[in-house]
Amino acid sequence: MRAEIAVYVVLAVLALIAPFLGLYPVFLMKLLCFAMFACAFNLLLGFTKMLSFGHAAYFGASAYITGWLVTAHGWGTLEGILGGVAVSMLLGGVIGAIAVRRQGIYFAMITLALAQVVYFVCLQAQFTGGENGLQGIPRGSLLGLLSLGNDRTMYYFVLAVFVAVFFFIRRIVHSPFGQVLKAIRANEPRAVSLGYKVDRYKLTAFVLSASLAGLAGSLKALVLGFTTLSDVSQGNSGEVILMTLLGGSGTFLGPVVGANVVVTLQEYLSDLVGSWVSVIIGAIFVVCVLIFRRGVVGEIQRRFGQRPGQG
Amino acid sequence: MTTVFGVPVPAILGQLMLGLVNGSFYALLSLGLAVIFGLLGVVNFAHGAFYMLGAFAAYIGLQVLGINYWWALLLAPLTVGLLGVLIERLFLRHLYQVEPVYGLLLTFGIALIAEGVMRSLFGASGKSYPVPSLLQGGFNLGFMMLPIYRAWVVLASVTVCGLTWFLIERTRLGARLRAATENARLVQAFGINVPVMVMCTYGAGVALAALAGVLAAPVIQVSPLMGSSLVIVVFAVVVIGGMGSIVGAIVSGLLLGLIEGLTKVVYPEASNIVVFIIMAVVLIWRPAGLFGKEP
Repeated sequence: MRAEIAVYVVLAVLALIAPFLGLYPVFLMKLLCFAMFACAFNLLLGFTKMLSFGHAAYFGASAYITGWLVTAHGWGTLEGILGGVAVSMLLGGVIGAIAVRRQGIYFAMITLALAQVVYFVCLQAQFTGGENGLQGIPRGSLLGLLSLGNDRTMYYFVLAVFVAVFFFIRRIVHSPFGQVLKAIRANEPRAVSLGYKVDRYKLTAFVLSASLAGLAGSLKALVLGFTTLSDVSQGNSGEVILMTLLGGSGTFLGPVVGANVVVTLQEYLSDLVGSWVSVIIGAIFVVCVLIFRRGVVGEIQRRFGQRPGQG
Repeated sequence: MTTVFGVPVPAILGQLMLGLVNGSFYALLSLGLAVIFGLLGVVNFAHGAFYMLGAFAAYIGLQVLGINYWWALLLAPLTVGLLGVLIERLFLRHLYQVEPVYGLLLTFGIALIAEGVMRSLFGASGKSYPVPSLLQGGFNLGFMMLPIYRAWVVLASVTVCGLTWFLIERTRLGARLRAATENARLVQAFGINVPVMVMCTYGAGVALAALAGVLAAPVIQVSPLMGSSLVIVVFAVVVIGGMGSIVGAIVSGLLLGLIEGLTKVVYPEASNIVVFIIMAVVLIWRPAGLFGKEP
């Protein structure tokens, strides 16, 4: 426990001073957004053992809606974010209600197929700008008080939201609701026989995860000022799985570590090796699945004798 | 001219023919997927990538080695199937003891590698593959032109699907395969080499995907990403037909191709998503799929 607090303090200090260390703030914000996305995804994969293969749908849909609301309708930043999150929550409710009827790989295939519907809607609808996506999304200001145009201000805003989401997820996992989720993860038939309405718990977890993924997508759209089809594509769904798996699913810090590694790799490798980067990502996937299923943080916790999911 | 929904009948028939061609590819791909899933319990995400590799094998064979279409029909599935065997030996084999989702994730990684390699070597743009001279032109059916190549694709894939069905349901080898699907350890105890059977099954399923790729090469552009969205449609087809059901995979593949073609006539905007919508409806109505047994 003490070691854990020490790790959090060090990370918090690092996050607070990061913009002054010569790191590019937009890149740091991108890291935070994808870390948030991976944490939201981990709520499903790590703590409920539901592999959603279509989480880009919620991330991307929310990014598009937020971008569209603030660009075409002149909504404020917070209202825009809330609008995006509301849509991804709704999508999560509809898709989740269909998907939780099946388990395991069926669940994965169904979420993947229904996410593809969202992709095609974004491709064909008028408001999304089709192949071009949405450009020039303004960051606006917080309630008209604090302009977010400045990169550092925006960074601390994104950081604050990230920290809130991170501890919100911790809170969920440690709540009685989270305990039931873990019981479902451990033995679903037994949870059913104990009288829990398993489908309802799974759907709630799905909607929560989709909404938080949407929040990450909205922030990403505001940070970068654009949204494209790659945000809703299956490639993005795959990457968030990789981030979670590589960092360690079912641990709190794992998705954060994984997101940092994957985004950093993509950022630096795409200049160096071009399209070979997807080969490298694929190879990491293969290695992770074959010999590194606990992930970075999972392995560290195992070495120090802490069981995953408890810390 | 007679019209239905305000669309001339020949146009509808043309779209239905295209839909049937697509349905043939769906049937071949979902058949391979169903066979692999039945025995290995692995959802092969790399299926679309193997389809793509089959098409590229034909393309490279023609451009570099001068191998014609007919040889490509034989050699491309063989080569890609051997690659599948290798992948089963090296990677997939280690995942049979853990949860099935890891097989899905592993093959997803393999698909990324295959697509990335081909894109780096050949670029993202599509390459065209000529229709073999024997199959050029079309029949005039009086009410519409029927391109010979399209008719050939449907005929070839229905034949291959039928043969595969016969092999699995009506032969001794197929009986062993079905027995191993039910209870692999028991079949192994009877002295049948199950690991080799598993390896060959994966290779055969992959070869079917590659065959679909060769058949598709002359009608679509050969490109590294040609399989990546197709594989998701095929997943939906398999879910609709019922996972692991051979007949379900073939029938729903052809049927959904036709429905997709019809949607292109009636409401083109929905043609990309109609299969997924049907999947959602089927899941609500019959969670095990049309031909599947209740789990």
